[in-house]
Amino acid sequence: MSVLANINFNEEGFMTDKSQWTKDVAVEIAKQEGIESLTDAHWQVIEFCRKTGDATGKSPTLRTITDGAGLNTKELFTLFPKGPAKKVAKISGLGKPEGCV
Amino acid sequence: MKTFLILGAGTGGTMVAHRMSSRLGEDWRIVIVDKDQNHYYQPGFLFIPFGVYHPQDVIKQKRNLLPNRVEIVFGEIELIEPEKNKVTLSGGQSINYDYMVVSTGCDIHPEETPGMTDNWHKNVFDFYTIEGATKLHEFFSKWQGGRMVLNVAEMPIKCPVAPLEFMFLADWYFTQRGIRNKVDLTYATPLPGAFTKPTCSIMLADVLKRKNINIVPEFNLMEVDNDKQVIRSYDETEVPYDVFVSIPLNKGSDVIKRSGMGDSLNFIPTNKHTLQTDKYPNIFIIGDAGNVPASKAGSVAHFMLDILEANLLSHMKGQEMTASFDGHANCFIESGYDKAILIDFNYDVEPLPGTFPVPGFGPFTLLGESRVNHLGKLAFKWIYWNMLLKGIEIPTVHSHMSMNGKKPIVKPTVPSAIQIKE
Repeated sequence: MSVLANINFNEEGFMTDKSQWTKDVAVEIAKQEGIESLTDAHWQVIEFCRKTGDATGKSPTLRTITDGAGLNTKELFTLFPKGPAKKVAKISGLGKPEGCV
Repeated sequence: MKTFLILGAGTGGTMVAHRMSSRLGEDWRIVIVDKDQNHYYQPGFLFIPFGVYHPQDVIKQKRNLLPNRVEIVFGEIELIEPEKNKVTLSGGQSINYDYMVVSTGCDIHPEETPGMTDNWHKNVFDFYTIEGATKLHEFFSKWQGGRMVLNVAEMPIKCPVAPLEFMFLADWYFTQRGIRNKVDLTYATPLPGAFTKPTCSIMLADVLKRKNINIVPEFNLMEVDNDKQVIRSYDETEVPYDVFVSIPLNKGSDVIKRSGMGDSLNFIPTNKHTLQTDKYPNIFIIGDAGNVPASKAGSVAHFMLDILEANLLSHMKGQEMTASFDGHANCFIESGYDKAILIDFNYDVEPLPGTFPVPGFGPFTLLGESRVNHLGKLAFKWIYWNMLLKGIEIPTVHSHMSMNGKKPIVKPTVPSAIQIKE
């Protein structure tokens, strides 16, 4: 049975209960988002986002990530193609970034 | 004598000046600072490229729009020192305040995207400034067709529906000029679909399709390549153009950055319900100067006004602030052919279908196209100058969003509501 079977998601695919998050869950969500394996570089960004999420209660925006996680926008897009802020938020078990109003 | 200081005499600042003039006693002096003598009706910029409005339709003198009681200081703000309750202007003049409302707004920053300013106002344009909108009108009136691409560089932007309205009006304008068959219209957006909210996004995607407007979702602009005439995203997607219309990165005022008060986009961290800044108890924001997750639009500033007034007055009396902003926004989306779509939403409730403001009657149709909505959009210019800026309540339209007349949707009808890629 998939590790995602008992995880609660909202209709846009964001986890609704942060406490259900584990590294295995992150790996599975990443696969759904088209990222086959999470490298150290991925994990560095995920860790940063989890920390920001814990500290502020919000998902970091793209700019917060590039300012804080030590990589530039281009590198971030290489790691998490298309919408990195949204993808990382999903993989990190956080809500939708608020920049998208 | 106490001082109530307002920074910025745009839509938000002007409303606050009017409202607080009638609320604060004789023991208060009210001062407003702005660098520009002109007040721009910014919703009108959208119509300028298509020759519907001209610059003179959207400009008035700020001095004539402010109440007599208010002292107006025209000048550049050099620095805000919140710890000293002091603002210094570039000429060296300083103003000490007891309470301050920051309404310095946000502006476009094309220089933040590599290549964007190389052919600026030649075949790369904006329409969020009077210059950009006017230059684009000159360009369009002579253009014989080709590929027009519109792109939003990064969210959030002032008025998130304006890009869509621009596409709808472009379709209409080029049809009227008889060259629509020679014009290819493409909207490249960083969003996963046409709009930020799922139900509305589906509805608007349908309108785009009907009007034969292409949409490229999840396009995050990296650079403008003027030699190849393409815009390129961070994941190397290229969209070719003959004329590129950009909504460049929006940032808050530089003075916020200089004063160390902003986030990475110079927006001031603010409580989204009380409108008080997180760090400074006697500084509040209105409109798009703060980081509240609402649309950066005039209608939002208008709905903030009652909340702001109540909380300011409570705080001044040492009472608890009980008024709470719900993120209410109300936008007419001009869709061309004398029709418009109306949406009404807040932090928690996405735009829903129904009638507005009177349930079952309207006269406006929510999340649907109608001619009456278009008349509402045009009437809004009069309302803006004569009611909204003066902080006068618009009958039947309240600060808090109402569910009256709205038809709640239980579940989106499409399984993955926001995926509208082909």
